[in-house]
Amino acid sequence: MSQPSISKSMTIGESGLAVVFAVTAFLCVIASAKALDAPFAFHAALSAAASVAAVFVIINRYFERPVALPPAEINGRPNYNMGPIKFSAFMAMFWGIAGFLVGLIIASQLAWPALNFDLPWTSFGRLRPLHTSAVIFAFGGNVLIATSFYVVQKSCRARLAGDLAPWFVVVGYNFFILIAGTGYLLGVTQSKEYAEPEWYADLWLTIVWVVYLLVFLATIFKRKEPHIFVANWFYLAFIVTIAVLHLGNNPALPVSVFGSKSYIAWGGIQDAMFQWWYGHNAVGFFLTAGFLAIMYYFIPKRAERPIYSYRLSIIHFWALIFLYIWAGPHHLHYTALPDWTQTLGMTFSIMLWMPSWGGMINGLMTLSGAWDKLRTDPVLRMLVVSVAFYGMSTFEGPMMSIKVVNSLSHYTDWTIGHVHSGALGWVGFVSFGALYCLVPWAWNRKRLYSLKLVNWHFWIATLGIVLYISAMWVSGILQGLMWRAYTSLGFLEYSFIETVEAMHPFYIIRAAGGGLFLIGALIMAYNLWMTVRVGEQEVQMPVALQPAE
Amino acid sequence: MSFWTRHQVFEKNSIILVVGILLVIAIGGLVEITPLFYLKSTIEKVDGVRPYTPLELAGRNVYVREGCYLCHSQMVRPLRDEVERYGHFSLAAESMFDHPFQWGSKRTGPDLARVGAKYSDDWHVTHLTNPRAIVPQSVMPGYPFLSANEVDPDAIAGDMRTLRTVGVPYTDEQIASAGADLKAQADPDNAGTDAFTKRYAKAVVRNFDGKTGTPTEMDALIAYLQMLGTLVDFKIYNEKANLR
Repeated sequence: MSQPSISKSMTIGESGLAVVFAVTAFLCVIASAKALDAPFAFHAALSAAASVAAVFVIINRYFERPVALPPAEINGRPNYNMGPIKFSAFMAMFWGIAGFLVGLIIASQLAWPALNFDLPWTSFGRLRPLHTSAVIFAFGGNVLIATSFYVVQKSCRARLAGDLAPWFVVVGYNFFILIAGTGYLLGVTQSKEYAEPEWYADLWLTIVWVVYLLVFLATIFKRKEPHIFVANWFYLAFIVTIAVLHLGNNPALPVSVFGSKSYIAWGGIQDAMFQWWYGHNAVGFFLTAGFLAIMYYFIPKRAERPIYSYRLSIIHFWALIFLYIWAGPHHLHYTALPDWTQTLGMTFSIMLWMPSWGGMINGLMTLSGAWDKLRTDPVLRMLVVSVAFYGMSTFEGPMMSIKVVNSLSHYTDWTIGHVHSGALGWVGFVSFGALYCLVPWAWNRKRLYSLKLVNWHFWIATLGIVLYISAMWVSGILQGLMWRAYTSLGFLEYSFIETVEAMHPFYIIRAAGGGLFLIGALIMAYNLWMTVRVGEQEVQMPVALQPAE
Repeated sequence: MSFWTRHQVFEKNSIILVVGILLVIAIGGLVEITPLFYLKSTIEKVDGVRPYTPLELAGRNVYVREGCYLCHSQMVRPLRDEVERYGHFSLAAESMFDHPFQWGSKRTGPDLARVGAKYSDDWHVTHLTNPRAIVPQSVMPGYPFLSANEVDPDAIAGDMRTLRTVGVPYTDEQIASAGADLKAQADPDNAGTDAFTKRYAKAVVRNFDGKTGTPTEMDALIAYLQMLGTLVDFKIYNEKANLR
């Protein structure tokens, strides 16, 4: 505790960060002036404005704050830092709705191509990365950052490390999303699936991600518990591996430091292998390991039951992260990638089924003794159904990685259906469940505004998912079979365009399913908004009485 | 000491846990990726594959910018129906100068690996401007704006220099004449067309969009599409020598 005589002064972090942002603002102004293309000029100007705003906010925050920084503990209880978590949770909901909406738009474009409007900014090719990035990295990423910052504090019983650093992570990450997303609309892309952002966005993300890792690790260092909780292993594996994948897949050489265009260092077959090593493990570590961490914290917490088996979680963890990294080549079956690599990828993909189901069992069996809560608590139901979807798509995935199955499913909508049973059912529902838990906790509310609305959300979204994935299964398998159909005379039976035409009804059903999912999310946003606005305050636990002297 | 007790070293020490994670996730990637850089059988030995001409490269950049890879693959698999529908299955060598690769993962539209010389330039102009004018059932977006966007001939040399740094064998001569070559390929009356075709084997010189003046993005994209899959002559390709 500081003495009253000590005058207020900026911390090294505050002054340092203010100077760094001031210099960045200056450099960005120059970059904007010298830019070779309009999108780069726009992004440089945006970065300059954001840097100036950052300097202003840092200085303003310094003048507003008391002399001492917030203490790590108050009366022996950890003084948890909820600010960055609230910000990330809010952004998750915002990007979620934006991402689902763009998904609905591009689904409709495939059914009614006039909706492309023949403009560059609204065509499918530019909106599709916007959809995938908005749902995976913006929605999913913010959910992961918000929950990881919450879980690491609670399970370590320590305040989040750093003062400005957590804010740098959450705001910096969302600024990356803004740059990446506006870039797609303006045609700034590397055209590597799920790794579309150009070199300068990649560099910025690298900085943000390293700070994220440091904040997370430093909080673990400060822990009051001897053991690091299981969920934190999964969060760590997610953060560390995503860093490795990001750096491995994105080494690009810009044509000019004042332009947006760059060329990736890898070419042809090596680029393909790097891309799907990255791409599949974005699924494995971003959309699986990170969200399994959510499962390991939020399901036991909500069900008020311990994790089913601690030993199973140890095996689950190491087996999952070891096997996942091998699975990439199953995206390249029957391509020019050498057969040995394809076979290796398929073998490990099939093996991956086991740890995936081990994890599913661990999550589901946590409910033992509390199954009745599925009837009364729609939030827990959402979490549990998400694990069921996880089990379903992690069976489907290994099956599709078998080469003969893949020869039919690859390049078709079956892949899209598979991805969405995982993305909507598993990642979506586990995120919704986590946010329904997290928002009342972070904002200190007794309960959600309405469990009835959660119930509505659950059923509308579930119906949407069922429509979506069954439409894609049918259209995918239909398309795959039509492509390889032969007439009795030995000619190909269908022209390509006939297979496109056959997809039309399923594209409408799919769009309807997506629309229902979006409606569910809107109900959720309203529910969470009302929880924060009018929800009853949780009464603080009375402070322990002072012992008699 | 049981396995479970030993495991506590990871549970109680975050740095050991991080190192453990790094080691475990490194193995798969190292085993699958590194051999692709030195195993000689990875990329077939074929004649004819050359770096893109300046105009084709500009077209490829349009292809990348518009996200065509999201609906069109460039990878014919060695399956009976695909070989009959699209042509010889794709070789690794055919995309060895591709930064980034554009094999794709989805066929909302047909594969484009061998679309070159399949349709006329006119067909492509009409189709890219309004796909449903030619194929009524098509769900492809229209790209009428490509005809209005001119390609900057002076900028392409910088792209080629960057590509050379990452391993595409452009010669000094090719880079020095990049701007002139870009204009020459879209203009059969250009004085530089002979020199251009010497620099790039099998390159086609045509007024792709049918309009005079500076080449447009329409010229560039069609030049790129028309060369796709045309470089390797499969009549003389030795399949047996490259069996892997």
